[in-house]
Amino acid sequence: MGNVLLQYSTVLMLSIFIGIEIVAKVPSILHTPLMSGSNAIHGVILVGSMIVLGNANTNLEEVLGFLAVLLATLNVVGGFVVTDRMLEMFKPKKKVEKNEEAAQ
Amino acid sequence: MSRDTLINLLYLFSATTFLLALKGLGSPKRARRGNFIAAVGMTVAIGATFFKHVDGHPLHHVGLIILAMVIGVIVAVPTARLVQMTAMPQLVAIFNGVGGGAAALVSITEFMHIHSTSPATYVTLEVLLGVLIGTVSFSGSAIAYAKLQELMTGRPVTYPGQQIFNGLMGLAALGFIVTMLVTGSMVLLWALLAVSFVLGIAFVLPIGGADVPVLISLLNSFTGLAVAASGFTLGSNLLIVAGTLVGASGILLTRLMSKAMGRSLANVLFSAFGSATTSGAAAAGEERPVRSASPEDVAVLLGLASKVVIIPGYGLAVAQAQHVLRELAEVLESKGIEVDYAIHPVAGRMPGHMNVLLAEANVPYEQLKEMDEANIELQTADVAIVVGANDTVNPAAKDDPSSPIYGMPIINADLAENVLFLKRSMRPGFAGIENELLYNPKTTLVFGDAKDTLTKMVAAVKQN
Repeated sequence: MGNVLLQYSTVLMLSIFIGIEIVAKVPSILHTPLMSGSNAIHGVILVGSMIVLGNANTNLEEVLGFLAVLLATLNVVGGFVVTDRMLEMFKPKKKVEKNEEAAQ
Repeated sequence: MSRDTLINLLYLFSATTFLLALKGLGSPKRARRGNFIAAVGMTVAIGATFFKHVDGHPLHHVGLIILAMVIGVIVAVPTARLVQMTAMPQLVAIFNGVGGGAAALVSITEFMHIHSTSPATYVTLEVLLGVLIGTVSFSGSAIAYAKLQELMTGRPVTYPGQQIFNGLMGLAALGFIVTMLVTGSMVLLWALLAVSFVLGIAFVLPIGGADVPVLISLLNSFTGLAVAASGFTLGSNLLIVAGTLVGASGILLTRLMSKAMGRSLANVLFSAFGSATTSGAAAAGEERPVRSASPEDVAVLLGLASKVVIIPGYGLAVAQAQHVLRELAEVLESKGIEVDYAIHPVAGRMPGHMNVLLAEANVPYEQLKEMDEANIELQTADVAIVVGANDTVNPAAKDDPSSPIYGMPIINADLAENVLFLKRSMRPGFAGIENELLYNPKTTLVFGDAKDTLTKMVAAVKQN
């Protein structure tokens, strides 16, 4: 147990408080996109998956690493696309009217 | 600047974009841009990782990495693009589950890699936590998906001795972890993996369909924590920051959601809510008189109103009636009638799900009123239209201490002069609880498919 662990723990503590502070202010109408958006963000495990596959020595490690990259890619890509699709639909009133005028 | 420093700087940039994205979600105007910024940050992080050196060599198996990514993109993009908006919750559940699975796999693979060097106890602990939490999130999300997709019953699944079984599973997981910390045995890692998998399933089975949204939020948070644990094992600040942000915010969101239902998180998770058949007044309920009318009749009532509040629920989306509903609102507005939508925080199958569904139908978000504001508006409303909602307007939550939903804040539809209750049948709602509002003298029931009824109402209002 050394300085490294201490440094990571510092990052951990700060992130907990920042996470809570930022999310406490999100209005309830955006809770679903928030859940979906944070879902995409934990897809950053793809970076970790790439590292373990890129460092694999045995066949078993390769198989598990390959699966990890595959699953993590689904998480990242799916997460961002779904969130974007949700947010695309949140339009203010004026813009909606303009769009309809343009269509006519 | 060394290669490592540069890559770490890029990781720092990515972590910052994730923060900005979450902050952007604080307002509908900036939310989409925020999500885009996070996607850019993610791409930068992934790109930078290709150039990373681990243990003094460049990444091996780059071809395999790219192959796995290509397959992932080919599967994920069409799925995410084409799925119905009503099926969004189960899609979020499944994308969350695979993330948890990936985190567990990363922890396992890394442990196999460093096992021979007899890692420090705290490293083993990080690995085991990553495996436990990630796997629970994976199998739990799979069951949540099955419940929402109606591949299995949405009712709580209970069996004798369930709590004891779950408790034993939890103890077994704990026992494996402690033993592994002492002995460092590799075999136990697989045992822990199996127990975690069963634990995730056993944990989710007794949770009823109405509570699954809270559950998904919690599992989302779990995956975040599993990612943070992998971050500790791999020594990656980026994974720790991103995972912890999601973990902390997910737990907060989960608590907000349980609070919106007037229940504690423990009650949501452990009470097998909704497994009992309806209680109290329900038994005699079917015999009691209700008032019903045709869509044409109620259109007259609407034409005379000066303020209408619409209370939508998930049934609206099931009937695919959002667009017709918006049309009705527009027709009413063209006659100078004020129209608002009252949105209960847990309407739909996810927090804020109803807002997304209505936004999809081009309802401007200024018209969407949150519960507290809506209850003020309802005091001066002439007509409240309940469509596809049930439990969120059930007065039993206020009056009947024996009701399972007692204490949940509700939208007080009965404050309006008249209540129109659009309903397919007298069947109770998602939580399986009888609704007194149906028998209120102010209430008029309009039976039929929501889309069909609303279409008729639009036509009738136009004629008046």
